[in-house]
Amino acid sequence: MTATGILSQLLQLTVALLLAPLLVGWVNQCRAWLANKSAPSLFLPYRTIRKLFHKDAVVAENASAIFRLTPYIVFGAMALAAAIVPSLATDLPFAHAADAIALVGLFALARVFIALAAMDIGTAFGTMGARREMLVGFLAEPALLMVLFTASLLSGSTSLPTIVETLANRDIAIYPSLAFAGVAFTMVSLAENARIPIDNPATHLELTMIHEAMTLEYSARHLALIEWASALKLFNYSCIGLALFLPFGIAQGSSDWLAILGATPVLIAKLAVGGFALALIETLSAKLRIFRAPEFLGTAFLLAVLAMLVNMLLGS
Amino acid sequence: MIEILVILGFPVAGALVLAAVGHRDQASTVNVVVCLATFLSAVALTVRVISDGPLLVLDRLFFVDPFNVFLVALTAFVGFTTSIFSRPYMRIEREHGRLTHARLRLYHSMFQVFNFTMLLALLTNNMGILWVALEAATLATVLLVSLYRTPASLEAAWKYFILCGVGIAQALFGTILLYFAAEKLLGAGGGALLWTELNAVKGQLEPTVLSLAFVFLLVGYGTKVGLVPLHNWLPDAHAEGPTPVSAVLSGLLLNVALYAVVRCKVLVDGSLQTSFAKGLMMGFGMLSVVVAAFLLSRQKDIKRLFAYSSIEHMGIITFAFGMGGPIASFAGLLHMTVHSLTKSAIFFAVGHAAQKTGTQLMDGIRGLITISPAIGWGLVLGTLAILGMPPFGVFASEFLILTTAMREQPWATPLLLLSLGVAFAAVFSRVQPMAFGETTGKQLPHRPAMIPVFVHLAIVLMLGLWIPPFLADWYRQAAKLIG
Amino acid sequence: MTATPLWAQLINLLAAVVLLLAFAMLAQRRVLTLIDLFAAQGLALASSTAIVAFATGQRHLYWSAGLTLILKVALLPWLLHRLIRKLDVRWDVEGLINIPMTMLIGIVLVVFAFNLALPISQLANTVTRATLGIAMASVMLSFLMMITRRKAIPQVIGFLSMENGLFFAATSATYGMPMVVELGIALDVLVGMLILGVFFFQIREQFDSLDLKHLERLKEEE
Repeated sequence: MTATGILSQLLQLTVALLLAPLLVGWVNQCRAWLANKSAPSLFLPYRTIRKLFHKDAVVAENASAIFRLTPYIVFGAMALAAAIVPSLATDLPFAHAADAIALVGLFALARVFIALAAMDIGTAFGTMGARREMLVGFLAEPALLMVLFTASLLSGSTSLPTIVETLANRDIAIYPSLAFAGVAFTMVSLAENARIPIDNPATHLELTMIHEAMTLEYSARHLALIEWASALKLFNYSCIGLALFLPFGIAQGSSDWLAILGATPVLIAKLAVGGFALALIETLSAKLRIFRAPEFLGTAFLLAVLAMLVNMLLGS
Repeated sequence: MIEILVILGFPVAGALVLAAVGHRDQASTVNVVVCLATFLSAVALTVRVISDGPLLVLDRLFFVDPFNVFLVALTAFVGFTTSIFSRPYMRIEREHGRLTHARLRLYHSMFQVFNFTMLLALLTNNMGILWVALEAATLATVLLVSLYRTPASLEAAWKYFILCGVGIAQALFGTILLYFAAEKLLGAGGGALLWTELNAVKGQLEPTVLSLAFVFLLVGYGTKVGLVPLHNWLPDAHAEGPTPVSAVLSGLLLNVALYAVVRCKVLVDGSLQTSFAKGLMMGFGMLSVVVAAFLLSRQKDIKRLFAYSSIEHMGIITFAFGMGGPIASFAGLLHMTVHSLTKSAIFFAVGHAAQKTGTQLMDGIRGLITISPAIGWGLVLGTLAILGMPPFGVFASEFLILTTAMREQPWATPLLLLSLGVAFAAVFSRVQPMAFGETTGKQLPHRPAMIPVFVHLAIVLMLGLWIPPFLADWYRQAAKLIG
Repeated sequence: MTATPLWAQLINLLAAVVLLLAFAMLAQRRVLTLIDLFAAQGLALASSTAIVAFATGQRHLYWSAGLTLILKVALLPWLLHRLIRKLDVRWDVEGLINIPMTMLIGIVLVVFAFNLALPISQLANTVTRATLGIAMASVMLSFLMMITRRKAIPQVIGFLSMENGLFFAATSATYGMPMVVELGIALDVLVGMLILGVFFFQIREQFDSLDLKHLERLKEEE
């Protein structure tokens, strides 16, 4: 628990909390550019969150404690995940709280609570959204686990900082297993973050909603926390992807705080490119019909398993 | 060496000629002449091998030893008699309007191509070429099975193609593994696939690789032999194709595929020194015998009935080779010969019977002896022969196999006896009303070609009573080789 | 970690691509894309063979690669495209079991194939011995594809891709079979395709469709 460790931890958490809505705004801007529309402001998500905090919360009469607690639980889980994933540095005191598998468990915790809260009120939309979310999660989680396993096999440990350090120091070469794992990870993050082709984050049509259906009942500060948590989820997934596949620039070991500070612009640059890539993928794909979602995720799972098998067989 | 080139050259030339003129009336005569020439060259080759011993010619590409020389003679002979049978048969088919000119050309040329591939497979020393030849044999006969273009025949041909294709792909993998094991000892280049070379170093070939290779080879080539559970294509292909094709499939292809299996078994036994290969062959053989025997009673189509009988007999032969030892191998070789001759004779008779009565369903065929005594008696005698009645040759070989089994593999004896008994009851109860019973069929004016039937049956009878010394000697030498 | 040479990395990558394409063919719905995937697989194979030839100096592998290129990347896909145009079929491929299930079974088969290939890989002395498992896996996947397809053309493509896998296995375990055998195999494949083409027309003529459920009338009890 060194001073630089605490510093990097705090810095990473703050950066995550602050930058997550900006990332969402950036993705929306890129989507608008690519669709030749005029974009809303880059800081619109901040303004939305601030506006929501000022409102009065309206809660249904028959809502139980779960409904009220869920936004806090979800936000807390995402924030903890942001603290664990090495986005700026690998010397993170919190990292010992959870390794890669527990990280997936954190995401699962958030998902379970959101689904329960959606069903809590008893509306049709909520239940439907919960059902669909569980369908997606059922397949996406094993795929994510497999991707993390591949990375663990390559680096000999499931602790994320160790993974990052090993992968960052490998020779530049073609690693088929990492290529497969990368594609699988992209597909899984698209599914988990409710992006096209699995879910449209801007839709409110019954036929097509998954994530939005679960949060229809929330208002004011609850909704603000959930929106922030969604942005954090996207941020986390992006950081996991960057940590596994593009780990350059992350301050390693117990480095000095200059390196940690210097890692921030690198992270912002990488996220900008990643956000643009996400917008590109969303623009180029069409949304899949719901019952095709299992196939999509099945393919992701398959690729992840293949990555692991290829790694075990070929050693690369 | 010249005989080998001639044996292979005649069918090729015949195929080319018949592709052009196969539809004319004289085409079938040309077919017969080419087959006769092939047969005579085969006889010349066997005479040479008897006097000079095994031949290894043409840069070790071709190898003739006691095991395959008699198979070569048998193949050429059955091909010849089938071509004689096919003359009137195909003429009648054409008169009935079931064949067009193009199809006749296809039939005649593919018949010769099939002969060529069979002989190539038997004479080659190279395991890779053996594979190529067997695959080519399948390809040559696929279009023949669907010759009549009925829905059932298309289905039969499709199944045949796919199942045998998949099977032969397994055999290819087995061959690759064999090459892989041999390459370490013999170096790269064609030498590592030559059977004679492999046989010389078989003790040093890697056992794990060879056992894996044998499994694939057995499954692959075993599909073409018709071993259960890979036999699905066999009844359909026999029932739906023209009768000469059924005769050569049963009489020739199954034998050559089993020959390939046995060649591989010799290598594997030498390498493994365990009874792994033997156990597998015995298991598959016994399974085929039992399953086929019990399925016999459910057949309604006469050709399917005898197709299942072929599966059963190939199972017996496989079992015999699996047991190993001089007597069992001798019996297996004898059984290969007599089964080939008897089954093709039966198919000849059945073909004409179906033509006379217009149907292949057994319920529709009655009283053959009254319609045409030659066909009727041919069928009855052939059935008795194939069911193992003395004094026919099948009885002799089955007796030898049973007694060896009683001595060495007692668990198998009750199964064998039971299956043979069930088969006897099933087949004979079907054939008896077909031959004797009241008939509703007409006396059709054409004369069937029954000479091949009776010639075959006469040879089988002779082999049951007395085996010529040179033949017995061959069998013994080949049995020693097989081990 | 010692750096593996570039050509070894490329071979590994191409092997992984071959496996990926085998899975992609398993999951593919449209026939035209299926043929293109098959051609891509042939291309990956030919490139891999050429790289092995370059790295190990085995001249005859250049001929093998060229043969594969001509046959599997150019000739066979062209024949198949022509066949499809003439038969005028454009269906979606239906399977006996749904696609996620097929892929799960595929993964099980891949694990099985890798296990099977391990003892042989250890005995081999080629540079590409690790890819033997992948070759066997793609053979098994093609086999699965053949079993679970209802239409004629995807079954045939499964068959051809099985042959691709076998060729790959031969190249990776033993630097290929002797040329005469390879030529024979290539000839068989080509003739087989031609016969199949004729055959499809016959089926079409009879049934007006290439759905294989028409070809299932003959059952055991007849």
